[in-house]
Amino acid sequence: MTEAATLPTTRDEDWRYADSEFLAAANPQAINHWRTLTVPAGETRARYSEESSGAQCPGSVERYRVHVERGGRFEAFHLVTGGRYVRHEIEVTLEEGAHFEFGGVTLGGDDKVQEFVTRVIHAEPNATSNQVVRAVQWGKSTGNFLGRIEVVRDAQKTDAAQNFRALLLERGASANTKPELEIFADDVKCAHGAAIGALDETAGYYMAARGLPPEVARKLQVQAFIADAFANCSNSDAADRLLEGALLKLDGAVI
Amino acid sequence: MLKIDNLSAEIGGKPILKGLSLFINAGEIHAIMGPNGAGKSTLAYVLGGRPGYEVTGGSVTFMGKDLLELETHERAALGLFLGFQYPVEIPGVSNVQFLREALNAQRGARGEAPLSGGEFLKLAKEKASLLKMDMEMLKRQVNVGFSGGEKKRAEMVQMGILDPVFAVLDETDSGLDIDALRIVGDGINTIMRKPERAVLLITHYQRLLDYVKPDFVHVLADGRIVKTGGPELALRLEEEGYEVVAA
Ligand SMILES: Nc1ncnc2c1ncn2[C@@H]1O[C@H](COP(=O)(O)OP(=O)(O)OP(=O)(O)O)[C@@H](O)[C@H]1O
Ligand SMILES: [Mg+2]
Repeated sequence: MTEAATLPTTRDEDWRYADSEFLAAANPQAINHWRTLTVPAGETRARYSEESSGAQCPGSVERYRVHVERGGRFEAFHLVTGGRYVRHEIEVTLEEGAHFEFGGVTLGGDDKVQEFVTRVIHAEPNATSNQVVRAVQWGKSTGNFLGRIEVVRDAQKTDAAQNFRALLLERGASANTKPELEIFADDVKCAHGAAIGALDETAGYYMAARGLPPEVARKLQVQAFIADAFANCSNSDAADRLLEGALLKLDGAVI
Repeated sequence: MLKIDNLSAEIGGKPILKGLSLFINAGEIHAIMGPNGAGKSTLAYVLGGRPGYEVTGGSVTFMGKDLLELETHERAALGLFLGFQYPVEIPGVSNVQFLREALNAQRGARGEAPLSGGEFLKLAKEKASLLKMDMEMLKRQVNVGFSGGEKKRAEMVQMGILDPVFAVLDETDSGLDIDALRIVGDGINTIMRKPERAVLLITHYQRLLDYVKPDFVHVLADGRIVKTGGPELALRLEEEGYEVVAA
């Protein structure tokens, strides 16, 4: 059977949190399509996007595979506000001294399933990667981050970091994360952190006591929460647009 | 200005305020003293509408309105300021952003035009310098990494910017060094000692009252005001303690 003919199911590790209804009805060709990109040695490439498909769209899967040559930099900053099912997947291979910078935000309500899936392969020494993902969910929605880091033998002085935090605005919303580290070199720094929580009520009360209505206080808190994900974006206009896009969606939400 | 009548309140089913009455007129400064756990902060939070503090009896009228009917942010817009015993950190939000949003929300609720960024910064600078606080501090995240004393001083900068008609200051003096105490005392006088304003100071020590002279001193014990007097009552308390004076 060729790869393109097979449909993934939620029994596959990488698809465990995906929307099974969407998968069952999906077009195998589309779902198994990978876009590719090579970042030439010493150069920088960037991708920024907001996936905001409406409720009439059953879902979207975007997958791309990036190869970063010696000393190159690839940065990707993505905002996912659409659904029902949105999956954004990146696989990056880093050569000597290359860097991958990733910031992702999922933000949504209803029964949306929104996820980032990354696989970062440190294939040579001295490469670095940093990934920051924030999920803001309400309703019965779910935000997921599956991040896999592979450090091959001999990829010494690898420095890889991964951080996921989820903010659940309502009971019923959820988040999943599954960091996977596969490290075959010994001189390696790998940091990962994950936390799932609700809005800080004490801070919310403090803000109300200063005159902020609840929706404004919440917006400030969410803004502060997701800003981390775009903080390392080298294009501040793009980062601002993504942040504004997220807050606009929050404004329009009934929570 | 403020009329608290026979107020009772509980936290998690436990009665804390047990029929507390207190009248405060415009132009007056009142001090409340009392043993740990007496219910002083509870009173402040009930006035501030904090969730979890359930009013079980009595009434509170503020500026002619039923205060207990209002949401917390509406109370602020009406001119109530609550200085926290433990000011809260808000990671990722700067003081400047926070206070500008807060001031403009209050102004909006009162039907006043919002301040522009420039106008707000000018105001913030003026109030920061009144409290001898560096503007750089105001650019930092709200209370994050501030020392105990810096947090208290920042509360007073907030009060200056928000310009309330009535302030409840819950142990604003605790954690302040000797110089900061004088600066904060002067700040409270400059901002709040006006014929149309009033202050309720919650404190354990006479030293703040040396700077901010109260018109009335009350002793709160076991959820009630058990004694009221003039400034001399605070001095007597300091000498003789609650057990003797309030007995
Ligand atoms: N969340 C809570 N659950 C149960 N009891 C509480 C809670 N918060 C406060 N209390 C109790 O309410 C009582 C009054 O507390 P409050 O903080 O008002 O005292 P206070 O007079 O401000 O004391 P202090 O001088 O120490 O600041 C105390 O016995 C305290 O333990
Ligand atoms: Mg207290």
